[in-house]
Amino acid sequence: MSATGIGAAVRRKEDQRFITGKGHYTDDVSRPGQTFAYFVRSPHAHAKLHSIDVKAAAAMPGILAVLTGQDLAGDKIGNLICGWMIHSKDGSPMKMAPHPALAATKVCYVGDPVAVVIAETLAQAKDAAEKIAVDYEVLSAVTDPAKAKSAAQIHDVAPKNTIYEWHLGDSKATDAALAAAKHITRIDLTNNRLVPNAMEPRAALAEYDSGTDSLTLWNTSQNPHVARLVISAFVGMAPEHKLRVIAPDVGGGFGSKIFIYPEEVVCLWAARRVGRPVKWTSDRSEAFLADAHGRDHVTHAEMAFDGDGKITALKVKTIANLGGYMSTFSSSVPTYLYATLLSGQYAIPNIYCEVDAVYTNTVPVDAYRGAGRPEATFVVERLVEVGARELGLDPAELRKRNFIKSFPHQTPVIMAYDAGDYLASLKKAMELADVKGFGRRKRDAARHGKLRGLGYSTYIEACGIAPSQAVGSLGAGVGLWESAEVRVNPTGSVEVLTGCHQHGQGHETTFAQLVSERLGISIDQVSIVHGDTDKVQFGMGTYGSRSGAVGMSAIVKALDKVEAKAKKIAAHVMEAAEGDIEFRDGKFTVAGTDKSMAFGEVALAAYVGHKFPTQEIEPGLKEGAFYDPTNFTFPAGCHICEIEIDQETGETEVVSWTAVDDFGTLINPMIVEGQVHGGIAQGVGQAMIEQTVYDKDGQLLSGSYMDYAMPRAHNFPAFKVDTTETKCPSNPLGIKGCGEAGAIAAPAAVMNAITDALGTEKIEMPATSMAVWRALQTMNRNQVAAE
Amino acid sequence: MKPAPFAYAKARSVEDAIALLAQHGEGAKLLAGGQSLIATLNMRLSAPRILIDLNGIAGLNSITLKGGEVEIGAMTRHAEIERSDVIRKHAPLIAMAMPHIAHPAIRNRGTIGGSIAFADPAAELPACLLALGGLVEIAGPKGKRTVKADDYFKGLYETAIGACDMLTGIRLPAAPAASRYGFAELSRRHGDYAVAGLAASATFASGKLTKVRLAFFGVDLTPVRAKAAEMALAGGDLDKAVAALASDLDPPDDIQENGAVKKHLAGVLLRRVVQQLTETRA
Repeated sequence: MSATGIGAAVRRKEDQRFITGKGHYTDDVSRPGQTFAYFVRSPHAHAKLHSIDVKAAAAMPGILAVLTGQDLAGDKIGNLICGWMIHSKDGSPMKMAPHPALAATKVCYVGDPVAVVIAETLAQAKDAAEKIAVDYEVLSAVTDPAKAKSAAQIHDVAPKNTIYEWHLGDSKATDAALAAAKHITRIDLTNNRLVPNAMEPRAALAEYDSGTDSLTLWNTSQNPHVARLVISAFVGMAPEHKLRVIAPDVGGGFGSKIFIYPEEVVCLWAARRVGRPVKWTSDRSEAFLADAHGRDHVTHAEMAFDGDGKITALKVKTIANLGGYMSTFSSSVPTYLYATLLSGQYAIPNIYCEVDAVYTNTVPVDAYRGAGRPEATFVVERLVEVGARELGLDPAELRKRNFIKSFPHQTPVIMAYDAGDYLASLKKAMELADVKGFGRRKRDAARHGKLRGLGYSTYIEACGIAPSQAVGSLGAGVGLWESAEVRVNPTGSVEVLTGCHQHGQGHETTFAQLVSERLGISIDQVSIVHGDTDKVQFGMGTYGSRSGAVGMSAIVKALDKVEAKAKKIAAHVMEAAEGDIEFRDGKFTVAGTDKSMAFGEVALAAYVGHKFPTQEIEPGLKEGAFYDPTNFTFPAGCHICEIEIDQETGETEVVSWTAVDDFGTLINPMIVEGQVHGGIAQGVGQAMIEQTVYDKDGQLLSGSYMDYAMPRAHNFPAFKVDTTETKCPSNPLGIKGCGEAGAIAAPAAVMNAITDALGTEKIEMPATSMAVWRALQTMNRNQVAAE
Repeated sequence: MKPAPFAYAKARSVEDAIALLAQHGEGAKLLAGGQSLIATLNMRLSAPRILIDLNGIAGLNSITLKGGEVEIGAMTRHAEIERSDVIRKHAPLIAMAMPHIAHPAIRNRGTIGGSIAFADPAAELPACLLALGGLVEIAGPKGKRTVKADDYFKGLYETAIGACDMLTGIRLPAAPAASRYGFAELSRRHGDYAVAGLAASATFASGKLTKVRLAFFGVDLTPVRAKAAEMALAGGDLDKAVAALASDLDPPDDIQENGAVKKHLAGVLLRRVVQQLTETRA
């Protein structure tokens, strides 16, 4: 292993610029003659849009244009799309409603943009926006997914506000197994709606070059190539080769920056209309209304057990809230990213899942850290825990009885798990968490008037969605391979161009570590280039913890080609047979001799072309590769949470957290640990304090950090984080992916611990101190009534 | 610029600020630390015609011990108070409350005058003022006057400060030897506004509490004294004091808690604070 190679916990190369304020984000880019966009948004959740009077606004100082949905339609700008086709049980396609970038005839959620003001300054744009008079006819609104089907119809194409009624698995076999069950555990769950809140708000800067009739978009995107494809092919803004998308440094995404949003489309369109660059930067209040939200499921689930505590069936019915319009990948989240993971870590012979996706008058919902897999884990892990309590079994014991123990394992819900050792991570976590000492800790807590609870979450997830053929057959509008290009410079330094995009993951370090490992050069000799459609030919971006498993595998393929060609050149230079050249630790050696060349010397030889026949071997050293995996990867692990509840106030504290994850090969253990920490924090935030509140009229009451609580460092104990390792057999590095695991595992662990402490299952996320206190009061009342 | 356009004037003295207020009337807002005002401006929830900046007025940021009173100038930053030995020794209740006020960045900028004048019902310092029975110094077109804390809070964000007045400082009785103080607050996260909180002062001698002042915050439109509970405590009956909160307090529902829960939490806070008031000192 080289000092900066695979497995080295080297510090992140990019952090120096980020923590010293030298990062270069979209809002840092300024173009000559730049103007500013400000969006006028609907204050109503559901309304007909009769007219917009822009005259007074247009006459304000500094105003270049005030544009509406009618103008957009007049210029034949296409609608935004959802790129994953889902068919209902009856074979009908999902009901995708038209989604114009500016609403023209009706608005479907508070925050739906209806007009844009383009001005010399942002202040002028905001001042003018206040003069725009919009004539709305307010309609009744619905925000609760469980009530959507009986509410006022939002889109003509979707009767009963139903987008699809989808299912997966064998209904008959599952019902039969339920009928034959010794015990059935039933549970009703809400998976609460979340606001993503990346540190950097979204931004877009669009510039039109009339000389070449081309557009450039700087954008906070997790996948600039997909943005270019959609904006070109579907929105019809410009031909693909006339549109350049640059996603520079991006400050967090968590999924919310995967999607193609109205604002970037409008900026591009407006830049061409006014003939000057147009910049929009969201402020935080706007982000609450303009960035796709996450989760928002209502679920009833039943798990059947036989007399030995073996799970015989799982039946799940979920209503998924997709909001006012279908966001870019919204349809896939509650279907193929959710129901396919319902087997968890368990051998469950029969599974059937129905998912109804509905429109409501709320911000569109799409993928958010984990995307479908946290929802699946929550269902399975709550059921298993409650099942164990009902059966009088230790929850760890029940899990052990049902773990999948041989691989590959075909589940009844599409997935074929390739490798894992679930018992190993459970055992290790139980030791680290000192589960044996829990009884003593619980008694100690009781002496201080506290209730202490312990909860497990033995989760599984699927990363690196693939192969492309398979995802295509499931409805995806794109392939999910990745590309890489390795450019070796004459001096032996290396640039790697990747189709992945980093927005917090540390690719500039981990991808360089792979090159360091393979070529024997330091990571300082390696630059990672990403996020610009003019530099990188194509790529699918970063989400779903895919960059290690898929993106780095593409780099491996390109490095294989570089090494093969370099060996040929080295053979010529050293006048040896190609088969005798060995490459190790950055040196090409003629086997059995002391003749050798450093990697840099071979690179120079490749570019000068003096010592090899350039008619047979092309000069230069640059290779590209596309890599399409043969399967998903399946990270899994065990998280154990302990909480304490103050019985007087309901205040609930996470007092201990243990995470043992199997991510396959670790490239940089320090970065992996950081990813786990962040994921747990987000998952605990969801479980305990992040509460998205709509009132009955569809107003978002939790629209700022005053009202929407994000967790802070003091909400957590020091995490105990460790790993186990089974290599992923379907990619060359054995990587599984680590970016989302914490957020997937954590909510179930928290809720299992809280319900363990309370002795009731009747509490929903977020389990705020008030919710916990209420649950305690209800229990006390019931006890009094029973006595 | 995020806010709607406004004019700006920098006051050179208290008199200057009063004159500017008189000139511009209701359309003017005084700018102290700006930790609440600027946020409402930026969100365009308020749009004053003119901001009168008090940050250039000399002599308003002092903490002094004078004639048995601690005087704190209106423009004294929370961070200065937090680090003040005078406060720690002679106004320990204020020192106890300080760590609960938001975060260091906000405490670096926010002022005690701003906090008392804004009078957020869930804020810590207005309740401390009330618990200590302090005095508020107000300057107006007709000169200076002093208002007792008990007479100062009028309603939601309403105080004895008139439209053309300015708060110039507060005076707190310096802590006598037998005095005891208690402070407890429940909030969603540390630093957030309180769901419910209690600031208290009392004298504790021979195992008996006297001169009890209980100021609850986050449970009504202003910080409120719980006078029946105070009397019960002076009578040595904690259970009776907790029960008395039922008549002392009538918390309205808000986005975080309903009123009934807040009333229960007030009782929990009272027990915890009485523990602080009566515990043996090391």
